[in-house]
Amino acid sequence: MSNDIFILVEHRDGAVTDGTFEILGRARELASQAGGEAVALLLAAVVGPLAEQLGGTRILAVEDPGLAEFSPSAYEGVLAPIVTEREPLLLLAPNSAVGMDVAGGLSGATGLAMAAFATRIALVDGAPVITCQLFAGKIDVDVRFRDGRGICTVVAGAYPASAGRTAGSPRVETVSMSVTDQRVRFRRLIRPEAGDVDITREAILVSVGRGIGEQDNIELVEELAAALGGAVSSSRPIADSGWLPRTRQVGKSGLRVKPKLYLALGISGAPEHLEGMRDAELIVAVNTDPHAPIFGVAHFGAVADILDVIPALTKRLG
Amino acid sequence: MEFVVLLKQVPDLAEELEIDATGRDLARDWLSYVTSEWDEYALEEALQLRDLAGGTVTCLALDTGSVEELLATCLARGADRVIKVGTFERQPDSHTSARAFAGALRTIGHDLVLVGVQAIDDVDGQLGPILAAELGLPHVSVVTHIAVGTDGTTVSANQEYAGGVVAEFEVDLPAVLGVQTSREAPRYAPVSRVRQLMKTAAIEALEAPAGHDGGSIVESMSVPGAAGHAEMIGGDAAAVADRIVAILAERGLAKTGAAS
Repeated sequence: MSNDIFILVEHRDGAVTDGTFEILGRARELASQAGGEAVALLLAAVVGPLAEQLGGTRILAVEDPGLAEFSPSAYEGVLAPIVTEREPLLLLAPNSAVGMDVAGGLSGATGLAMAAFATRIALVDGAPVITCQLFAGKIDVDVRFRDGRGICTVVAGAYPASAGRTAGSPRVETVSMSVTDQRVRFRRLIRPEAGDVDITREAILVSVGRGIGEQDNIELVEELAAALGGAVSSSRPIADSGWLPRTRQVGKSGLRVKPKLYLALGISGAPEHLEGMRDAELIVAVNTDPHAPIFGVAHFGAVADILDVIPALTKRLG
Repeated sequence: MEFVVLLKQVPDLAEELEIDATGRDLARDWLSYVTSEWDEYALEEALQLRDLAGGTVTCLALDTGSVEELLATCLARGADRVIKVGTFERQPDSHTSARAFAGALRTIGHDLVLVGVQAIDDVDGQLGPILAAELGLPHVSVVTHIAVGTDGTTVSANQEYAGGVVAEFEVDLPAVLGVQTSREAPRYAPVSRVRQLMKTAAIEALEAPAGHDGGSIVESMSVPGAAGHAEMIGGDAAAVADRIVAILAERGLAKTGAAS
């Protein structure tokens, strides 16, 4: 057993993701409290250039041509024996598709307990206590592990990525393993087609969610955006319905935006949406549900029907 | 091709959630439940895939004493067979659920197991990867665009990443996929049809092996703090609009500060 805090390194297109740096920064703090070390688990076809991005971090690396791209079965096949043998106090993974697959798969394979949707990780008397954001952000649940050790998926934005980016040279320990499980095979990366508008570059976003009710009402939102000199963005259900292009979607599987103004209209604020917009300079939210989690990140909020508020705003700004 | 869908009910978020006297659970007496949103997508995908590739759709839910309506709804939407699994006082954690479903699946044919990618009460992780580990099957989470390969031994599916980037995977069957969304909105089942099926349909039952939980212990629950709460604007739509325009004007974000 060790008091080390492991983190899963997620990388794509040769770059370590922001979510990785977020958990790496927290892992360093926790490891120093626990008297252990933060250890980054890095799986790749060529480890060197990725390891360099992790600064002065201790790295356990597995290098194999079968790890050129992420595959759940390849990653879990390699990681399960490492985690079982090294017995970290905690293994942190980003709450991304990659992290969800690896964390759940490893929990199932190793018998280690797991906590999901973590927004806060602390050590109390040396044991992890995890705050999990459940019920679409409406309830916080504090969880501990019966055995005092476990795996945890951490919501994007829970900790600053800046704390994870440090100078220095990595100390890489290469573990000799090869990929044998090839039942999930990577075929290709598909990138979004460029849209007419790049919402990550807009200063003002008028963002619309399920509360808009029907497709015809999107026009009202476009009129308001025009009056404000901004662009229209959306939460996931609007893009899923095809009412706006996927390139306008804000959130976990959409885009991360930091506009001067984010006007959230009829968006309840599921954690997946919040991670894409919580850093906006000014957030104003209108929703009929007074308990909508969007009001937890908004600077100003109103409980009202957006179909009344939108035309009233457009009229005043026109 | 045998498609299996695993479903569960979760508290309806349209209702206000309260915490009970123990401080470790929701006050469940007054809660109403709905089928987990992502499970609905998984069912819709299974029905669409069956209609394209042929075969059957079997729906499983853990028997918490109130799953007849959920399973009857699956039949009304077009599932071929529905089975309640085990006996549970309430919805157990994901690890217990995975062990119970794995026990059932050892006796039920399954080429492709579809689950919702997540649920709002997944405190100990998501069912899909944990179940796959129990059964020794490959899995992929957060997928859309599932297609069965021409020879019926593989599927392709897209896994979603940040920024609208997706990876296309080919997966050997049998496999477990965590469905993010369906190609079309989940189909509607008339309430009258569901009610009729609750009386007449054959809902099968399967025992589940007793399994231990995932080892994650809830210490306490709380409603997220008011600390980060928005300053609320009162009044009717006109008053709200006036105030928002004034806020934007103060910050130079609106072309006009004139409230009419």
